[in-house]
Amino acid sequence: MLEQLPAVILLAPLFGALLISLFGLRERRACFPVAFASLLIALASAIGAGTRAFTGGAYDYFIGGWEEPLGIGIVLRVDSLNGLLLIAIAVVAVLALIFTIRPSSEKDEGKTAYFYILFLLLCVGLFGITITGDAFNLFVLIEVSALTSYGLVAIGSSRRCKMAAFHYLLMGTVGASFYLLGVGYLYLKTGSLNIQDINTILATNAVVSESPGVTTAFILILVGIWIKMAFFPLYGWLPNAYSYCPSGSACLLAPLMTKVSVYVMIRVMLSIFGLEWVFGHPGWSDLVVWLAVIAILAGSIMALAQREIKRMLCYLIVAEIGYMVGGAWLNDPNLWGLTGAFYHILADAMMTLCLFLTAGIFFKYRGISEIADLDGIFKKMPLTSIGFVIGALAMIGVPPTCGFFSKFYLIRGGIEGGQWEYVAALLISSLVNAVLFFRIFEIAYFGKKPAEGHDHEHNHEHEHEHEAPAQTVLPAREAPLSALIPLLAAAALILLVGIFNGQIVELIRVAFEIPSTVVSNLR
Amino acid sequence: MENTVTSFLPVLACLASLAAVPLLLIFRKEIFMRELVTFGAGIAKFALVLAMLPLILEGKVLEYTFVNGFAGINVPIAFRVDGLSMIFALVASSLWIATSLYSVGYMRGLKEHAQTRFFVFFAISLCATLGVAFAGNLLTLYLFYEMLSLATWPLVTHHQDKEARSGGRTYLSYLLGTSIGFALPALIFTYVKSGGDLSFGGAAILAESDLGYWPGLFLLLGFAFGFSKAGMMPFHSWLPGAMVAPTPVSALLHAVAVVKVGVFCIIRVVTGVFGIDLLGRLGINLVLCWIAAFTVITSSLIALSQDNLKRRLAFSTIGQLSYIILGVALLSEHAVAGSMMHIAMHAFGKITLFFCAGAIFVACGKKYVSQLDGLGRRMPVTFAAFAIGAISVTGLPPTGGLLSKFYLVWGAAEAGQIALLCVFLVSSVLNGAYFFPIVYRAFFKPTPEGEATTGIREAPLACVIPLAVTAIGSVLLFFFPGTLLELTDLMVGKK
Repeated sequence: MLEQLPAVILLAPLFGALLISLFGLRERRACFPVAFASLLIALASAIGAGTRAFTGGAYDYFIGGWEEPLGIGIVLRVDSLNGLLLIAIAVVAVLALIFTIRPSSEKDEGKTAYFYILFLLLCVGLFGITITGDAFNLFVLIEVSALTSYGLVAIGSSRRCKMAAFHYLLMGTVGASFYLLGVGYLYLKTGSLNIQDINTILATNAVVSESPGVTTAFILILVGIWIKMAFFPLYGWLPNAYSYCPSGSACLLAPLMTKVSVYVMIRVMLSIFGLEWVFGHPGWSDLVVWLAVIAILAGSIMALAQREIKRMLCYLIVAEIGYMVGGAWLNDPNLWGLTGAFYHILADAMMTLCLFLTAGIFFKYRGISEIADLDGIFKKMPLTSIGFVIGALAMIGVPPTCGFFSKFYLIRGGIEGGQWEYVAALLISSLVNAVLFFRIFEIAYFGKKPAEGHDHEHNHEHEHEHEAPAQTVLPAREAPLSALIPLLAAAALILLVGIFNGQIVELIRVAFEIPSTVVSNLR
Repeated sequence: MENTVTSFLPVLACLASLAAVPLLLIFRKEIFMRELVTFGAGIAKFALVLAMLPLILEGKVLEYTFVNGFAGINVPIAFRVDGLSMIFALVASSLWIATSLYSVGYMRGLKEHAQTRFFVFFAISLCATLGVAFAGNLLTLYLFYEMLSLATWPLVTHHQDKEARSGGRTYLSYLLGTSIGFALPALIFTYVKSGGDLSFGGAAILAESDLGYWPGLFLLLGFAFGFSKAGMMPFHSWLPGAMVAPTPVSALLHAVAVVKVGVFCIIRVVTGVFGIDLLGRLGINLVLCWIAAFTVITSSLIALSQDNLKRRLAFSTIGQLSYIILGVALLSEHAVAGSMMHIAMHAFGKITLFFCAGAIFVACGKKYVSQLDGLGRRMPVTFAAFAIGAISVTGLPPTGGLLSKFYLVWGAAEAGQIALLCVFLVSSVLNGAYFFPIVYRAFFKPTPEGEATTGIREAPLACVIPLAVTAIGSVLLFFFPGTLLELTDLMVGKK
C-alpha cells in the first residue's frame, strides 16, 4: 500500500473533484468536506511519499508498470527535492481551502461546486508537475494547472476578473506553446521524453548535446517557463489575475503557481539538461543573473507605487521570482545559490500564503483593499495583525523567519559566485520591502489621522463614532476562526521553516549531489 | 577551553523579562499588579545576572548553545558571557529596575495612554538587550539586534501623534536600513571569508584570514555603520528623532540599552571579529578613529546650540558613544579598557540627566533649556542630581566619568595618537560648556516674573527616587570601581 502513495497524491484530489461534480452540484454543503478530505489524504500521502524519499533516496513509480522509456510513458519520480515541494503544496492547499469554508459573495451564485472542482483539479496539476518523470506529461500537467487557474480567476463575479483571466489565458497559452515546442525539439534530437533518459543521452552523446537543436530546445523551454512564472518582463498577466480574482482563489494561486514554475525551471536545468550542460555555455549565467537583478529591482519599485494591498503583493511576487531565478543561475561553486533558490520556493510559498490570507481577510471581512484604509487595524484585528506582521517580517528578511535564511543562502551564493550585482539587488529589495511594510504598519498602528498631543483616548472615541456606519455592516471585530486558523498556521510555518532550515537544506542538497535511485517495480 | 562553563543562566536572564509579557497582558486592567510584575521581572533579571558575576570574576566564561539552532548555516543560537557582556548586562538590568520605578511615576504623572503596551514592549526590549549582551556568535547578535530595533519602535512612537510618526519613521529607516544594508552583507561576507565560523569564543574570527586593506576597511565600516545604534555620523539623526518618545524610553533605551547595544556590537566586531592584531596590522582602525573623533567634536558643537533639553542630551549621547568607539578603535590596552568602562559610567550619568529632564517635564511641563531659569530652587533634588550627572558625563571628579575618561586619554597617549588625545580634551571642555550653563541657570539666575519663587515642588516621588539613586550610583562608581575594573581587566588581559 505504502508504495502506491505517489499515485494516491494525484488520485485523491482527482476523485474528490469527480465526486463533487457528481453530487456537489445538487448538495452544495457536501463540497467542502469532500474537498477537505481528499486534500488531507493527499497531504498524508505526500508526507508518506516524501519521507520515503528523504530516508531511502529517490525512487520511481511506474503507473501501469510501463517501465521502458518508450514513447510517452507515465512515470512518477519522487526525490527529496520534490518530496519537500509536494508537502508544501499540500499544506498550502489545505490551508487555502480552510479559508474558503465561509462563502464570500462571489461564490454565492451557485458556483461553489465549480470552485471546488477547479480547486482540486489545480492541485492535481500542481502535484503532477512536481512528481512527473516525463517531459511531455509535464506539459500536459502544466496545462491542467493553467486551465484550472484561468477558471479560478474568471470565477469572480466582477467583469474585470474575466478580462484578467482572458489576459492570463493568452499569456499562459503562449508560454505553454513555447514549452511544448521546446520539448518537440528535444524529442527530435534525443528520441526520448523520459526525463532521466534524456539526461543520460545528453550526458553521454556529445554530438546530440552540442547540436544547436538542443540549445534551441532549452531556450524555448526556458522562455515558456519564464512566462508561466511571470519573470520580468514577462509578468504582465500576473498583477491583474491575482489581484482581481476571488480571495479564495488568490490564496491558492499566488503562493503556488509561480513557485511551481520555478521548480520546473530548476528541474529542467538540473534533471533534464544537467547543470554542467547549462553552465557550460559561457555568458548564460551572467546574462540571466542580470535579468534577475532587473526583475528584482523592477518588481520592488513597482510594488512601491501601488496603493492596493493585493497589487503590492503581486509586484512583490515579481521581485521574489527574480530572487529565485537569479539564485538558480548564480553558478557558484558550492551551489548555494541553487539551494537558496529552492529553499526560497518553500519559504516564499509560506510567506505569500500568509500575506494573501491577510489581504483576503481584510477584503472579505472588512471590505478593505487599499493600504490607506488599513488605519488602526492593529487595534481592531489584533490576531490577523500578528499574522500579517510575521509575514511582512519574513518578506523583509528578519531572523528567525524563513525569509532571512533564504536571503542568507542566496547572498552567500552571490558572494561565492562573485555576482555582486545580485547581492546588491537582494539587499535593496529587502530595504524596499522594509519601507513597504513599515508604511503599512504605520498606517495600521497610528490610524489615518494622527491625534495631536496627549488627548488620545478622546480622539479614539471620536474615530469610532466616525466609523459607526462601517461597523454596522461588519459586526465581527476579529476575523472568524475559518480565516484565522490558516493564517496563524501559515505564520507558524514561516517560523518553523525558518528554524528548521538546516534539515530542509540538507534534504535539498542531497538531491543536488548524490544521484541515487531506488526503483520500485510495481505492477 | 577549560575555563568554559556550560550554564543555562544567560538564557534565563535573557528570557526573564520576556516571561513577564503574558503576565503583563493578563493584568492589563489591574495597574498595581501590572507594575508589580514589571518590578518582579526586573529584580529577577538583575538577580540572574548577579548570580553569574562570581563565576565571571573567577575568569570563567559561561556558555550555552542551542545545538539545533540554525543548523543549515552551521551557526547555532549560542549564548556566551564574558567580562564585557557582564559589564553591559549589569548596567542594563540594574538600570531597568530604576527605570521601571521611574516609568510608573512618569506614566501615571502624565496619565499616558496604552501603558500596558508600553510596559510589554519595554520588557521585550530588555530581553533583546541582554540577548545582544550574551550573544555567543555574530548571527545571534544580529538576531537580537534586529529584535531590539523592532521592539523599540512602538515605544518611540508611543504618543501616536504626527511628531511620533515622523520620529518613528526616521528611527526605523536608519536602524533597519543600515542593519540590512550594511551589517547583514558584512556578516555574510565574514561568514564566507572565515569559512563558516561566526562564534566569539577563542581567537577572533578573521584573525587568520588573508584580508587585504580595502576589503578589510569596507568590512569594518560596514559593521560600524551597519550597527548604527551606535550613532556614529553620518548615521546619527535617528537618535534626536527618537526623543519624541516618553522620557523613560529616552532614558533607558536611548542613553543605555539601545545605543550601548550599538557600541557593544562595534566593540565585539573589533575584538571578536577582526581582532586587535589584524586591525593593527592593516592599520584600518585609524579610519574608524577619525570618523569617531569627527563625531565627538561635531555632535558636541551641535549640542551647544540645542535649546530643547532632551535634544541636547541626545547630541551629547552621540558624542559620548563615539568616545567608546574611538577608545576601542585606538586598540591600545587602556583605551579598550576605558571604552568598556565608559559603557557603564556614561550609562549612569546620562540616565540621571534624562530622568531629570523627564522629572522637570512632569513637574512643570518645561522642555527647553531657556525655560529653566531659577528652577533649581524649586526642584533642588532634581537639579542636584542633574549637576552630578553633568559632572560625570563631562568627566570630573568625584564621579565615575573621570575614571573612564582617564583611561581613554591614557590609552590615546599609549597608542601615540596625540591628535586624538586632544580630541578627548577638547570634547570634555565642550561637554562642560553645554551642561554647566544649565546648572547655572537653574540655581543662580532669577526666576522669571509671574512664576512662584518659593516652595519646593518636586516631581512625584517615584520619579525623584530613581534619579537620586542613579546620581548616587555614578558617584559610587568613582569610589568603588573595583568590580568594573576586574571585568575590564579580564577582557583586556585575555587578548
